Amino acid sequence: MTGTQDIGIYIHIPFCVRKCRYCDFASWSGMESIWEPYIRAVIRELELKSETAAGRRVMSLFIGGGTPSLLPYAFILSIMDAVRRHYRLLPDAEITIEANPGTLDEDKVKAYLDAGINRLSIGLQAYQDRLLKFLGRVHTARQFDEAVSMAQRHGFSNINADIIFGIPHQTMDDWLETLSRVLSHRIPHVSCYSLTIEEDTPFGRMKREGKWQDPDEELERSMYHTAMEMLGEAGLEQYELSNAAKPHHRCRHNMNYWQRGEYLGFGAAAHSFHNCQRSANTSDIRLYMEGMARGNPVLDECYPVPDEEGLSESMILGLRLTEGVDLDELSTVYHTDVRLKYREKLEKLAERKLVELEGSVVRLTKRGMDLANQVFVEFI
Amino acid sequence: MSTERQKKIRNFCIIAHIDHGKSTLADRLLELTGVLTEREMEEQVLDNMEIERERGITIKAQAVRMIYKAEDGEEYILNLIDTPGHVDFNYEVSRSIAACEGAVLVVDASQGIEAQTLANVYLALEHDLEIVPVINKIDLPSARPDEVIREIEDVIGLEAQNAPQISAKNGINIESVIKRIISDIPAPRGDEDAPLRALIFDSYYDSYKGVIAYVRVMEGRVSPGQTIRMMHTEKEYVVTELGYLRPGGQIPSDALMAGEVGYICAGIKDVRNCRVGDTITLASNPAKEPLPGYKKAVPMVFCGIYPADGSKYNDLRDSLEKLQLNDAALMFEPETSVALGLGFRCGFLGLLHMEIIQERLEREYNLDIVTTAPSVIYRITKTNGEVILLDNPTNMPDPTEIASMEEPVVKATIMTPTEYVGSIMELCQDRRGNFLGMDYLEATRVMLNYEMPLNEIVYDFFDALKSRSRGYASLDYELSGYKESKLVKLDIRLNGEVVDALSFIVHVDKAYARGRRMAEKLKETIPRQMFEIPIQACIGNKIIARETVKAFRKDVLAKCYGGDITRKKKLLEKQKEGKKRMRQVGSVEVPQEAFMSVLKLDL
Repeated sequence: MTGTQDIGIYIHIPFCVRKCRYCDFASWSGMESIWEPYIRAVIRELELKSETAAGRRVMSLFIGGGTPSLLPYAFILSIMDAVRRHYRLLPDAEITIEANPGTLDEDKVKAYLDAGINRLSIGLQAYQDRLLKFLGRVHTARQFDEAVSMAQRHGFSNINADIIFGIPHQTMDDWLETLSRVLSHRIPHVSCYSLTIEEDTPFGRMKREGKWQDPDEELERSMYHTAMEMLGEAGLEQYELSNAAKPHHRCRHNMNYWQRGEYLGFGAAAHSFHNCQRSANTSDIRLYMEGMARGNPVLDECYPVPDEEGLSESMILGLRLTEGVDLDELSTVYHTDVRLKYREKLEKLAERKLVELEGSVVRLTKRGMDLANQVFVEFI
Repeated sequence: MSTERQKKIRNFCIIAHIDHGKSTLADRLLELTGVLTEREMEEQVLDNMEIERERGITIKAQAVRMIYKAEDGEEYILNLIDTPGHVDFNYEVSRSIAACEGAVLVVDASQGIEAQTLANVYLALEHDLEIVPVINKIDLPSARPDEVIREIEDVIGLEAQNAPQISAKNGINIESVIKRIISDIPAPRGDEDAPLRALIFDSYYDSYKGVIAYVRVMEGRVSPGQTIRMMHTEKEYVVTELGYLRPGGQIPSDALMAGEVGYICAGIKDVRNCRVGDTITLASNPAKEPLPGYKKAVPMVFCGIYPADGSKYNDLRDSLEKLQLNDAALMFEPETSVALGLGFRCGFLGLLHMEIIQERLEREYNLDIVTTAPSVIYRITKTNGEVILLDNPTNMPDPTEIASMEEPVVKATIMTPTEYVGSIMELCQDRRGNFLGMDYLEATRVMLNYEMPLNEIVYDFFDALKSRSRGYASLDYELSGYKESKLVKLDIRLNGEVVDALSFIVHVDKAYARGRRMAEKLKETIPRQMFEIPIQACIGNKIIARETVKAFRKDVLAKCYGGDITRKKKLLEKQKEGKKRMRQVGSVEVPQEAFMSVLKLDL
């Protein structure tokens, strides 16, 4: 699986105004003093790894976080420069930056556009200020509207909004309101995430201490189903478990993950998959920067993925997509009869109405999307 | 009369309740007689098995020979035979006791005599052993030696005013114990020239030497090269080696003579041919009668043991066979369960014996096992007059074919501080106990006597007793016979199908409560699945309780942060691991614990 495909690049900006109460990702508030040295370290890493890419074309670049839009735009521009200098960024590459309402202003938006950034992913999560407060977000619903309108006014058309359902105290009406407000901006991409409680977060602690009331499962599922229906009616077709987009607006960066394409990650805690090997930079910012200063990255993990496991990955990642997985295609890639290999499992899953088979293609049913892990574990 | 040689020998055992300091005292004796230096000693050398050390109990008897130089310059041979300390191993204890002339009774200076201790003291008195009482843990602030001395005198009728007051842990007054052993315990007797009679009080399997029999020679003598005969199993072997015992090893010798304790190897391949309690004699000059007291091991408690992973069936069989090499009381035979597949029906001396075997299979043999609820042996008289013994609820005949059913009952002795009497009596009542009487041991402690169905004791009675008495009550029981009883088989249906491995036999009056709790318990234990699972408790076709495990609606990881596939895989792997600890029963995944849940009903 090596050699010629186009790759993705992910750049992690681990800074936030404040950490949300559900977030266990590598991000920190404050730390303004190390923004600059951190960006320098990222640029150094871009230089160091340029050989790794060996002239491969870059079809997507994703600057994620954290909150990249929190930083002065000059930092983002210098990263963009470094990427262009050391990598073959395709002229039509998808270039996304994550932004949170309240951190975006006109100058930033203009600068991003000038630098060639052509996609904006905005974290809204909920349209009700009381829910935003509960989640620990630092912005209001109104600020989201302002941010989207401003970005659109200056020329961003490819915009995504992240929204969350299954929040305690969130009613179906809240959710419908969130959906319709998001759709009212006529943006082409929406990600709907089910709130997941991670152990190492304030919410996780509440759960451990018994102070957490899980939302009703029926309601949670009906929010999910309603969302995908409403988005579909608005022309945003569901293409992955949590994502819906207008035609030609699927997130190419994420599609690359799900199709098990290769990518290089830069910055603390960034993950890479390259030459059949998965690796992750250290999530300790200082260790990360020290490593870069020495020219010697510090890794949290690094392991080869043999073909057997690769096939398993292709299944669990590919089945997230509504188009499903083409078993014959995988057979060619992995030089093994995948249909034969998984026949029993697939028959069992089909019997339980979790997957459906159509020719050589297998995909999750609607029920399978609710119980996707039950399908995935079969292929682990 | 003892010969001059015999006059220098003392054979004794130590009787003590768990935690009263038996093993620690043994260690001190070994230290004092120079068998082991402090450095060489791993704490409590006599308890060899990891489980023994963890639980502070002795499962296998051990023996050790010590040489003590007395003040008068004479050297004495002290043979300490360490006895198992639990009700399940009563027979083994009785054989160890039969090998001794005396017993050191260790009583904790704060706790006093416990039920188990008392049972063993009576056993020792039955065998005419001289008892040397010792008050241990004298240095603890809670020690009340005077009361404990009075208790020993009142309850056992043993003069204890001059009992050594010691601390085995801190090495206080240990020598006085040895002096009392020499002065009070009689030397062995037995005609060295009579036909050989040696009592087997334990046996071990050694992969090099075969079975090693631990023996006390009562009469006669034996040497390597002679042909010996086991008087009960009637097997004959040629002695390859014999000698004396030291911790963790043997000291070969050229003969064992009347009065001595030692070991004999004779190329014996199977411990079952070298049964505890059997008498060894010489084939050329056999004794007329074997020594009294031999019994075959009779399992009282049964359960099914299955490999968690069906493909490990052969590993499980190999492991059980290996355990059996050293444990003649363990019995097993293949059985098949619809729910659990291929496994074994295993018979044990009691609950502790069962738990020990389960633990050893998991820890020493690294097996993941599923065990079913324990059962006792019921005696069923069918309408056609046939009498059958039932050790597996699954095989219970149709109720219409049963004329009457009997269950084993035991005589249970419980000792407890008076403040818990009310709650313990309530427990016994609830467990269908029949009150026989109550005796005051001292002002604050009593002994309760009950006749009780063994089936009730098997269902977690010991834990219930402990929790109602904050751990202070102690229990001893012995089988007293069979009694007619109204018993029914309670079945559990998951998703409409009877799960054979969950069936159990219960008294009709308790069936409803147990069935209801069982259904509730299973609801807690069985995780939600993709479909709704009705749990029903039934007697025959009659449903007496019902619970439902609701279907889950959602099981999906939404996020995929920045290409972190590793974490996703790990989460799924964990989920898969969890699935592995489940048994597929029909369409339902049942966790392994569920099969033991009948034991945890808190009734």
